[in-house]
Amino acid sequence: MSDVIAAGRTPFEALNGLSMPGLSAAPDRTRYILRGRAGILAPVAEVLGFALPTDACRATGSDQRHALWLGPDEWLLLSPAGDRLDKALAFAIGDVAHSVVEVSHRQVGIVLDRPDAAAVLSVGCALDLDLAAFPVGMCTRTMFAKTEIVLWRTGENVFQIEVWRSFADYLWRYLVLAGAEFA
Amino acid sequence: MSGSFRTGIGGRIRRERTVRFRFDGVTYAGVEGDTLASALLANGVHLMGRSFKYHRPRGVLGAGADEPNALVEVTRGAGRTVPNVRATQVELYEGLEARSQNRWPSLALDVGAVNNLMAPFIPAGFYYKTFMWPRKAWDALYEPVIRAAAGLGHAPTAPDPDTYLNRYAHCEVLVIGAGPAGLSAALAASRGGGRVMLVDEQCEPGGSLLAEPDVRIDGLSSRDWIARTVAELQANPRVTLLSRATAFGYFAHNMIAVNERLSDHLAQPAAGAPRERLWQIRAGEVVIAAGAHERPLVFPDNDRPGILLAGAARTYLNRYGVLPGRRVVIATGHDEAYRTAIDLSRAGVEVAVIADLRPRPTGPLVEQARALGLAIRTGCAITGSRGGLRVTHARLSAILAAGKLGPPDEIACDAVLMSGGYTPSVHLFSQSRGKLRWDEALSAFLPDVSAERERSAGACRGIFALDAVLADGAAAGAAAAGIDAPPALRSTAVDADPAGVMGAVPHDRGPDARAFVDWQNDVTSKDLKLAVREGFQSVEHVKRYTTNGMATDQGKTSNINALGVLADELKRPVEKIGLTTFRMPYTPVTFGVLAGMARGDLFDPVRTTPIHGWAVENGAVFEDVSLWKRARYFPQGAEDMEAAVRRECLAVRSACGIFDASTLGKIEVVGRDAAEFMNRFYINAWTKLGVGRCRYGVLCREDGFVMDDGVVGRIAQDRFHVTTTTGGAARVLNMMEDYLQTEWPELDVWFTSTTEEWAVIALQGPKARDILSGLVEGIDLSPEALPHMALAEGHICGVPTRLFRVSFSGELGFEINVPADQGRTVWEAVWAAGQPHGLTPYGTETMHVLRAEKGFIIVGQETDGTATPDDVALSWAVGKAKPDYVGKRSLARPSMSAPDRKQLVGLLTEVPETVLQEGAQIVASRGLKAPMPVIGHVTSSYYSAVLGRSIALAMVSGGRARMGETLYSPHGAGEIAVKVVGPVFHDPEGARVNV
Repeated sequence: MSDVIAAGRTPFEALNGLSMPGLSAAPDRTRYILRGRAGILAPVAEVLGFALPTDACRATGSDQRHALWLGPDEWLLLSPAGDRLDKALAFAIGDVAHSVVEVSHRQVGIVLDRPDAAAVLSVGCALDLDLAAFPVGMCTRTMFAKTEIVLWRTGENVFQIEVWRSFADYLWRYLVLAGAEFA
Repeated sequence: MSGSFRTGIGGRIRRERTVRFRFDGVTYAGVEGDTLASALLANGVHLMGRSFKYHRPRGVLGAGADEPNALVEVTRGAGRTVPNVRATQVELYEGLEARSQNRWPSLALDVGAVNNLMAPFIPAGFYYKTFMWPRKAWDALYEPVIRAAAGLGHAPTAPDPDTYLNRYAHCEVLVIGAGPAGLSAALAASRGGGRVMLVDEQCEPGGSLLAEPDVRIDGLSSRDWIARTVAELQANPRVTLLSRATAFGYFAHNMIAVNERLSDHLAQPAAGAPRERLWQIRAGEVVIAAGAHERPLVFPDNDRPGILLAGAARTYLNRYGVLPGRRVVIATGHDEAYRTAIDLSRAGVEVAVIADLRPRPTGPLVEQARALGLAIRTGCAITGSRGGLRVTHARLSAILAAGKLGPPDEIACDAVLMSGGYTPSVHLFSQSRGKLRWDEALSAFLPDVSAERERSAGACRGIFALDAVLADGAAAGAAAAGIDAPPALRSTAVDADPAGVMGAVPHDRGPDARAFVDWQNDVTSKDLKLAVREGFQSVEHVKRYTTNGMATDQGKTSNINALGVLADELKRPVEKIGLTTFRMPYTPVTFGVLAGMARGDLFDPVRTTPIHGWAVENGAVFEDVSLWKRARYFPQGAEDMEAAVRRECLAVRSACGIFDASTLGKIEVVGRDAAEFMNRFYINAWTKLGVGRCRYGVLCREDGFVMDDGVVGRIAQDRFHVTTTTGGAARVLNMMEDYLQTEWPELDVWFTSTTEEWAVIALQGPKARDILSGLVEGIDLSPEALPHMALAEGHICGVPTRLFRVSFSGELGFEINVPADQGRTVWEAVWAAGQPHGLTPYGTETMHVLRAEKGFIIVGQETDGTATPDDVALSWAVGKAKPDYVGKRSLARPSMSAPDRKQLVGLLTEVPETVLQEGAQIVASRGLKAPMPVIGHVTSSYYSAVLGRSIALAMVSGGRARMGETLYSPHGAGEIAVKVVGPVFHDPEGARVNV
């Protein structure tokens, strides 16, 4: 029997402090991919404390928990580290067909918070990030340069990016290089 | 040529700011605001290059993007040498260093000019005819010689040290071109409140107005009108105005690629300053205001230095304050050349004569020229020129009735300025897949039916009168923005008759006279006629046969004249001949800007596992597997790969090895129909697989060939943990989604990629259980509780784990899945616990050897996309009782079970130390001569340390029926004899895995 509790290490350690103003790693999160038939909406709302977004590419949430619409039957649930939802969701959803898969470690969060955040992202992201086209509260899967990301605007100049962990290093370096032009 | 050709006043240059530069090693002085071409002309230098094929001396022809001759190499040192740039578009800076191209040893004395004397022997299509035989000589002799002799600049060989930027942009209205039409369009569009972008290739906005100092618009001088318009646009935060930005490609759905040049014009760019930026602009509406290109006249010897376009000469005079010569002949079929004659005459240049092809030219410009007393010959053809490196005489002949020419007359001059009229620039419109229509009156193709949400404005759609251009631009901009057009502006411009001439000018110089149509590609009217005589009728074929309008020039000056020649020769109207498709880029772009930031570390994402750092610290040598870095082997001391792999293999067989398997693709298949889905998708049967058990799954494509494989564990009744190959993860997930969404949408099942959720630590070897036993919690590791191909959930080092008892080595094995953040620390804990047991880290190379010793295939190594499960000895995996699965129907075809299909076998060389080459062919007998019947190939080949000899896997025709046969692998002059055996070399009973 081992008494070791293995410590967590994130992909950001390999960046050796490479940084840019406004660029930071998001706090640890618990993450789930929730899929299911329409009947899950009501029970999931009970568990989360708010309704899942049903409008395309929109996020809903409370202070602590957020649900990002990724597809007609697909949501990314984000909650603080340790706020485990899988058992409560399974219990509440019951017999309605669904799938809950934890992806807390699959991906990491990056926050870009600076006045020219949209312009910096436009170096590598082909989407229209004008506030009218990509308002606060919008989220979508998209590409940044050669990596897939989930891009979520949480403020006029604040974007949360979720990226698979092995691409985080590339994304971070690319963002720092992209930002150099705006320094 | 001596003396300055710079005027005393006028132009958009700053005469007080001298700029020194070098061309072919000679130092010259220009002024701020010059281009390389204008500065050379100011020094009396017309000779700027040698032609592509014949090495004929060539001067500058145009003043902008249409320049076909003056292609030079500009260098700023190693890696910063740019060939084939148009001298007309190179902004002068202090210390600029440029060289002419395609000449040796010098521009004035060029040995390659012998090609010119050879011209009768190198007509159109010559390389298709002459150099085809003998075949070998093409590679060894003809092609290298042709490439050396015919060609332009040389690409630099040093790495490009510059940085390049990228930007995606979106706007409601994109206006391409900032001439009078484009400026009006942008201004009108900006009043709609949407985002407007205006891009222009020149160093400042204004377009053709930059050479029109005297015209007044809306009561302002052209200079002030440009300044007022630009100021209003710049004051609008919704407007982006880019100069030195060429829209070079028009892609689907209004995506326009723009190359913005940031620092090439600077004498000393700041260190690290980016050189160019690629803009990829998605526009709601596009206004193309690309202007027009002047057409040369096609007459014999029309390519001497000193012969240039009349409009270009006027640009040099009015914009750059440069005279094209002291005594000029104007040869024209169009009114615009009269403006040039008038302006030059006022600037003190002697206009020897205006030779007008038209019998009775009329209109205000002609009248003005007459009033100035300029000599005008109407109905007069230019039929030749004389001179060496510079034109000295123009040859003129009166056009008599019935197409006859009068006696020639040679007029001394130092420049000939010609104009056949203007060709609307429909390059971008054509790139957008819009349809063109022929306008007989203008002798021009004009935009007709749009394929995109775009509209053309101004000269690029055949509107030339300035008031009309301004109104057309404003209307287009307003319409694009969805608002009403502003009131029309009035100018003082005097309008020209837009009609011109096209095709070849009549001459009496005999069949050998060379009248150039395409200067850049050295195509003459004779070449075009030859192509027609040889049976080419389609304009697309003529283009390829003669090269007219090809390459970087894209026919800017040549297309319409070529069509005129073809129409005459084919005796068909131009609209029946049609126009070739315009290719992007409009003008060349650097590879650097296309690569952008994707270079060095950022060329591609480099994916590393959570355990990567440990492997680095422990001296692993890595290999690339798709985007992943995987540890290949862990050399100790001076070990090479072979030694390290032998040691690692023996360690696994005798004690235990630890291997990072995190890159394996993982997909969680969840839902109450999960088992049903798996049943339909994989070839195996899944419904009876118990919870907590694993099965080796094989996936076929619909054609019945093996596509992927991997171990699948059943976590719960409705949850499968599917693993895939490292490179196949995304492909398998996509295929799952494809089948679910298109074939079986009724199934309640969902797929989630979990590849990166789990770090996977493979522990393989007889000591594996001993090492693990102290680390796990809540899992019974005994063979009874956790037999081979079982899995358990519990904890390891306090971390939740999915522990699979699986083996890809044939030894007792575990794959420890832990959350990725904890992967490294759990790895280190296992590593520490394994020290007393001789635990050894191993890499992919050892993994490959271990599995080959057991005859386990690797998809993509044993299989090549044409192997069925049975071919690779996996028919045992097929769920034969299943009603269907992906590939089942294809596998029922008789050919899929033909006995002579290539089948997986083992090969043992006669000499145990001989290791076959992977990929080597297998033949049935000795002494065969190529081409010989090949019956198979080696797919995997290694030295097996545990067996003390080499082993190989191979796919051999009818292989399973050949057990014991001796076959041969051709090698060098002889062959290697091999014996066919079963594919399992080590522990064929599988005893070692069941302990």
